[in-house]
Amino acid sequence: MPITSPETYWWKPADKEEKIWISVAIVWCLILFTMMPLWHFVGGQNPSVEPMKIRPDDFDKVTGAFIEKYKIGEESGIPVVKPPDGADVYLKGQMWNWIPILELKKGVNYKFHISSVDLMHGFSLQPMNMNFQIVPGHDNILNLTPTASGTYHIICNEFCGVGHHTMVGKIVVKD
Amino acid sequence: MAANEMEFRTCPITGKKVYATTQNLMWINAVTAVVFILIGGIMALLVALTRLPAVHLLSPEWFYKALTAHGLNMLVFWIIFFEVAGLYFGSSVLLNSRLAAPKVAWLAYILMLVGSVLVDVMVFTDNATVMFSSYVPLQAHPLYYLGIILFAVGALTACGIFFGTLAIAKADKTYEGSLPLVTFGLSAAAIIAVFTLACGAIIYIPTFLWSLGVIKNLDPAMYRLIFWGFGHSSQQINVTAMVSIWYLLGALTVGAKPVNEKICRSAFVLYILFINLASEHHLLTDPTLSPAHKIWNTGYFMYMAVLASMIHALAIPMAVEVAQRKKGYTKGLFEWLTKAPWGEPGFPAMIFSLLIFGFIGGITGVVYGTEQLSIKSHNTWALTGHFHATVVGGTTLAFMGLTYYVIPLIFRREIIGKKWASAQPYVYAIGLILLILGMSGAGILGSPRRHWDVTFADSIIPFSFDPTVLLFTTIAALGGILAAVGGAMYVGVSVLSVFLGRKLAPNEAKLVY
Repeated sequence: MPITSPETYWWKPADKEEKIWISVAIVWCLILFTMMPLWHFVGGQNPSVEPMKIRPDDFDKVTGAFIEKYKIGEESGIPVVKPPDGADVYLKGQMWNWIPILELKKGVNYKFHISSVDLMHGFSLQPMNMNFQIVPGHDNILNLTPTASGTYHIICNEFCGVGHHTMVGKIVVKD
Repeated sequence: MAANEMEFRTCPITGKKVYATTQNLMWINAVTAVVFILIGGIMALLVALTRLPAVHLLSPEWFYKALTAHGLNMLVFWIIFFEVAGLYFGSSVLLNSRLAAPKVAWLAYILMLVGSVLVDVMVFTDNATVMFSSYVPLQAHPLYYLGIILFAVGALTACGIFFGTLAIAKADKTYEGSLPLVTFGLSAAAIIAVFTLACGAIIYIPTFLWSLGVIKNLDPAMYRLIFWGFGHSSQQINVTAMVSIWYLLGALTVGAKPVNEKICRSAFVLYILFINLASEHHLLTDPTLSPAHKIWNTGYFMYMAVLASMIHALAIPMAVEVAQRKKGYTKGLFEWLTKAPWGEPGFPAMIFSLLIFGFIGGITGVVYGTEQLSIKSHNTWALTGHFHATVVGGTTLAFMGLTYYVIPLIFRREIIGKKWASAQPYVYAIGLILLILGMSGAGILGSPRRHWDVTFADSIIPFSFDPTVLLFTTIAALGGILAAVGGAMYVGVSVLSVFLGRKLAPNEAKLVY
């Protein structure tokens, strides 16, 4: 019984069924184990994170300069920015907006810098559902190439206070 | 309470010595656990009724407050108070030994109680709407962090009592040979608990000082790294304790005996060695770790812990099958299963716990824990679906099943409402399965966790999901409400039985039926 001490000699060989089951499980674990690094190189679907620190104040300034330089209009009080092809793009999460609204070109690679100036936020790009943790003091750098034109939204999926559920941003991709 | 340390009775069913001090301590910890599952359950119902699009009950302020309270009361207070009762059972009762330092065990209980009450008071007075994870720089009142620290110190002390009791039992030779398997599994859980609580101390003490203004800056990324050493590892304690309880329920309901002790015990050792490495998957979409680090993490020995779960997944049903076949249920492939005691609450609780934990929780965990798929699931409601399968469908359901045996065997009361007790695991499991499938479906389509309004009615920039999200959200909320009904049945039966159930005579042997 599992509630009483086992017989004195319990280090016994496994039965055939147990051996088969454990072997299958080990082989499967090894496949998963090798697939992870392999898929990073072969699949090319991993985030291209470059760990960088940036003070929230500095990130706020850099984003401000980026908006001023490439601003093409305003929508609901939020600046709309159209960066040149291949430029560094800055996106700021703050309670409770993603700033600015971005207008990008299909097929062009952009280097995104995403950070927060207050609390933790969750960058959640819809409708394709890609999610990244946005941490104040750290620059989440992502190389993104829009492959289809249309309107995309960024919602926040990390709890950031009582207005968390209203935090929506926008990216428009044009041909 | 003031029982003599050496006073004991002998259990008429298991033949174990039950010391009065152990019985009192188990009683107080288990009853407190049930009080917290009641608070957490009421919060669960309010959260589900707010998530239900047709009702949308609470205001955002109350929703986030209720969600914070739900997480802490369920995941921390209910489970750990119950686990402490389990540790005293696994050491003192199963080894026929007196409990080490009962006075210190009472101190541990008081620390945990003061800590948890402090946390709840802070949350309900609007001083700590920070969620279970309380990510820096979102700040709560200092007393919130102090409450968590006191609770953790108490829990660590209880682990110390467990190890102390093992030492006393060994010295007094109250058992022969090796530890019973259940005690062995609980020892693995207690070892994991020690380094988990160490991580908790490392992160909560500076956070407490930061909330007091003593420390000016705390790196939010560093907080996340160390917090999850505590936050996820504490779920590994639950897994290990839960698996031990599966073995225990197998023994209590059908007399299942592990087929090969070596294999079962080796699997527990794999948990101790490898399970903690899994915790870093929380950071797979963080900006702080290099790709090399993440590849290493996802290619990690995490799968050795998965292997351990695979071993238990064979060993437990196998033990049940062998025990049933010995009783003569040998017709065809599955008579052992169809003739199992499905009307005893412990058996379906164990089977549903095993299935929900393994098939839903385990598989989603392994899938979402890969670097590529973490991008698709991170912080979505699918994640919430995953851990409701592991912690609620797995751990909580197993603990509920065990309660129906602890009450007659240890607390010596007859169960009131046996039919309710027998139906409870079914109601709870069906509710949970709906809840988890709804959460997972909505989450895979992008629906976020911890979110008051997935229709984004108040946003400056309008956005709406595929309408399927609302369908899945409704399924999840209805499942949640059904699970809350199952939870209420559990609280009702256990509270009534413990306080009003007929007292069993000293030699009266009575399981649920």
